[in-house]
Amino acid sequence: MKKNRRSFLHFAGGAGAVFIAAATGLLKTGIAWSAPWNKNAFEAKAVAETLKGLGASNLIDSKDISITAPDIAENGAIVPVAVTSRIPNTQSIAIIAEKNPFPLAASFDILAGADSYVSTRLKMGQTSDVRAIVKADGKFYTASKEVKVTVGGCG
Amino acid sequence: MNLSRREFLQLLAVAAAQGMPMAANNAYAAAHAGSLYDLGKARGNVTLMHMTDCHAQLLPSHFREPDINIGIADARGRVPHLVGEALLKKFGIRPGTRDAHAYTHLDFVNAARTFGKVGGFACLATLVKQIRAQRPGALLLDGGDTWQGSATALWSNGQDMVEAALLLGVDIMTGHWEFTYGAKRVEQVINSDFKGHIEFLAQNIRTTDFDDPVFRSYTLREINGAPVAIIGQAFPYTPISNPRHLVPDWTFGIQEERLQQAVDEVRRKGARAVVLLSHNGMDTDLKLASRISGIDAILGGHTHDAVPQPIMVKNRLGSTMVTNAGSNGKFLGVLELDVRGDGVKSSHYRLLPVFANLIKPDAGMSALIRKHRAPYEKTLGEKLAVSEGLLFRRGNFNGSFDQLILDALLETQNAEIAFSPGFRWGTSILPGEAITTEDVMNMTAITYPHVTVNTISGENLKNLLEDICDNLFNPDPYYQQGGDMVRVGGLQYACEPGQRIGNRINDLRLNGKVVEASKNYRLASWAPVAEGASGEPVWDVVTRYLRDKKVIRPPVLNRPKLTGTAGNPGIAT
Repeated sequence: MKKNRRSFLHFAGGAGAVFIAAATGLLKTGIAWSAPWNKNAFEAKAVAETLKGLGASNLIDSKDISITAPDIAENGAIVPVAVTSRIPNTQSIAIIAEKNPFPLAASFDILAGADSYVSTRLKMGQTSDVRAIVKADGKFYTASKEVKVTVGGCG
Repeated sequence: MNLSRREFLQLLAVAAAQGMPMAANNAYAAAHAGSLYDLGKARGNVTLMHMTDCHAQLLPSHFREPDINIGIADARGRVPHLVGEALLKKFGIRPGTRDAHAYTHLDFVNAARTFGKVGGFACLATLVKQIRAQRPGALLLDGGDTWQGSATALWSNGQDMVEAALLLGVDIMTGHWEFTYGAKRVEQVINSDFKGHIEFLAQNIRTTDFDDPVFRSYTLREINGAPVAIIGQAFPYTPISNPRHLVPDWTFGIQEERLQQAVDEVRRKGARAVVLLSHNGMDTDLKLASRISGIDAILGGHTHDAVPQPIMVKNRLGSTMVTNAGSNGKFLGVLELDVRGDGVKSSHYRLLPVFANLIKPDAGMSALIRKHRAPYEKTLGEKLAVSEGLLFRRGNFNGSFDQLILDALLETQNAEIAFSPGFRWGTSILPGEAITTEDVMNMTAITYPHVTVNTISGENLKNLLEDICDNLFNPDPYYQQGGDMVRVGGLQYACEPGQRIGNRINDLRLNGKVVEASKNYRLASWAPVAEGASGEPVWDVVTRYLRDKKVIRPPVLNRPKLTGTAGNPGIAT
C-alpha cells in the first residue's frame, strides 16, 4: 500500500529513450522540445485540416500501433493516453482527439534508435475517438480508440 | 388519505398477520433442508465459496429479481439478459419451485410468502461452516459491495460488516462501494481489522501520481496441495459511478494488459489454477474472458445477475468459466476444481440459494448482529407507513420503491421532474407489510445522500438521459457501468435501447406537453457525485413523506415507452 516512488524513478531512469511531452491542443506551451511548432496542424479545427497540417495523406490502418487509454475517462480534463508503435523506422507519433475544438493534442518526433513509445495526458470535453498518426519511412499509419467522457453517477 | 392512529395500528396488525409464514411451509422446509445443501461427493481437490454484493444485508430479506434486463447487440437473448420464464427455460428450472423463486420475479409475492426470506449472515455462516465441514480447505471469496447498503453499515462506517466478514471467515476480498467510505477508511480496515485475516486484492487500482499499485494484485494459496492463484479486480469505474473525491488519489479502469501480466506471472510462479475475483459486472467479464488467456474461472459480481450455471468463453489458449452470484446475500456460489500438476482437469459449479427457513442461524453470528443492532433497534423498527403493494427496485427501468422516492421528491421539493439513481441494491417489501426506517435505509444508505434541486434546460435533460442510457446500453460492455437506467418521475419519454447515444431518448413530455430544448425545468434528484454538494439526506425526505401518507398505494410505475425491443427475452411477457 505504500506509494513506491523508487520503482517509478528506476523505471524513468531506465527509459531514457522515451520522450514525454505534455501538449493539450488548447495551449501552445507543451510542444516536444525537439520539434518545431507545427502551427497549421495545432491550430486546425477539423480532423481533415489537422491531417493536412501534418502532411498525412493516404493513412494506412495498422495493428502495430497500440493506444493505451481508458475506455471511460475518470476525469476528462486529464485523460492519460500512451501510444506504442511497433512499425520499423517510426519517425513521429501524433495524437488526435477527434472531437476536441483543436483536435491535434500532441506531436512527437522519434529520433533514430529511440523506443517509439509516447505518453501524455489530454483534455477532452466529450466522448471521442483518440487517433494516433504514426509516420514511418515517410508513410503514415493510423489506429484509433474510443474514449468515453460521461457525467457519471448511478452506480 | 387520512387515517387515525387507531386505523393505522389496525392496518399494521393485518400486515403482520399476512407476513407470517404458514406452518405448512416450515414442515416443507424441514423436509428439504438436508438435500439442498448437501454437496455430495467431492468433485475435485479445490473448493472456492463465492459471495458477492450482499449490500450489508445482515438479516434475511426478500429480494425480487428483475422483470426487465434487456440485452442488445451481441448480448441480446444471452445470459445474463434473460428474465422470468426465458431464464427458467434456459437453465431447465421448473416453474413454481424454490429455485424458480430464487432466480426470477415470477409470482413473486406468493412465492415469497411460501418460501420465506433469503440470505442473512447468521444463515450464511451456518452454510459456510457446513461447506467447510464437507470440503476441508475451502476458501471463502467476497466480491465486494459488502460494507454498504444498510443503516447499521452506514452508521458504523462499515464496521458491522467488517466484523461480520471476519467472523464469517472471508479469506479474500475485492471491492466497489467499500470505496465510498473514503480511501482512508478502506486502508484503515485493511491495515488493522483485516490484517492477517482477509486479503484485499485489486490489480486495477493504482496511484494517480506515480502509477504505483495500491493493493496486492493476487495471492497464491496452496489448497490441499494444489497451488491456486486468486487475482482481484475491483469495480473499474468507481471514480465515475461514485464520487471521485472519495478516492482522489487512485485510478481504476479495466487494465487488461496488467491483468494478463498478472496471470502470466502467477502461472510462472507455479499456479495450476487461476481464478479472478471480479467486480466488473457480467457483461464485462464475458468480454474480458474472451481477451485474456490463462484464467480458469472468473467469479463475478457487480451486475447482481443470479446465474445458475457458468458460461464458458473461448479465448486464445483455451476457455474461461464466467459466473455471477446474485446479490443481497441470496446466494452462495460453490466452485469445485480438480487441479492436477498440469492444470484444471474438471470443474463443477453450483449457486446455492440461501433460504433462511431451511438453515439454522449460527449463534455466534446472531450474537454479533444483535450487538451491532442493539443501539439502533428502536429507530430501525419504527413503522412509518403500510405498503398496499409490492415495493422493489431491481430492473432496467423504474421499480416501485424508486417510484415512491420519486413521488416523495416531486411532492416535497417543488420540482416538476425527479431523478433517482439506477442502483441495483435494495430489498423488497411485500403487500400489506409495514415500511420501517430500516427499509427506507436499505434503499438509500449511502455516504452522499443529499437531495438537490437544479434548473436544467430541455436540451441538457435529453443529453443527460442519453449519457446515462449509454452507460446501460452501449453495445460494448467495456463502456457500460453496470447500473440500471436512472428512475424518472414527472417526465415521460420513449427509449430505443438498440440505438446509439444521441438517438435512444425521444419524445420527452411533461404532463403531455413536449419538452422544449431551450426551456428550463426544475429537477430534484439525490446522490450527487460532485464534491461539496449539500442538501437534506434523501431518507429524511422519504421518511417524512411516509409518515404523512401512512398508507402507500401501489405506486404507478413511470417507465419509458420502449421501442425496438419486441420479443427480447430480457423483458417479461
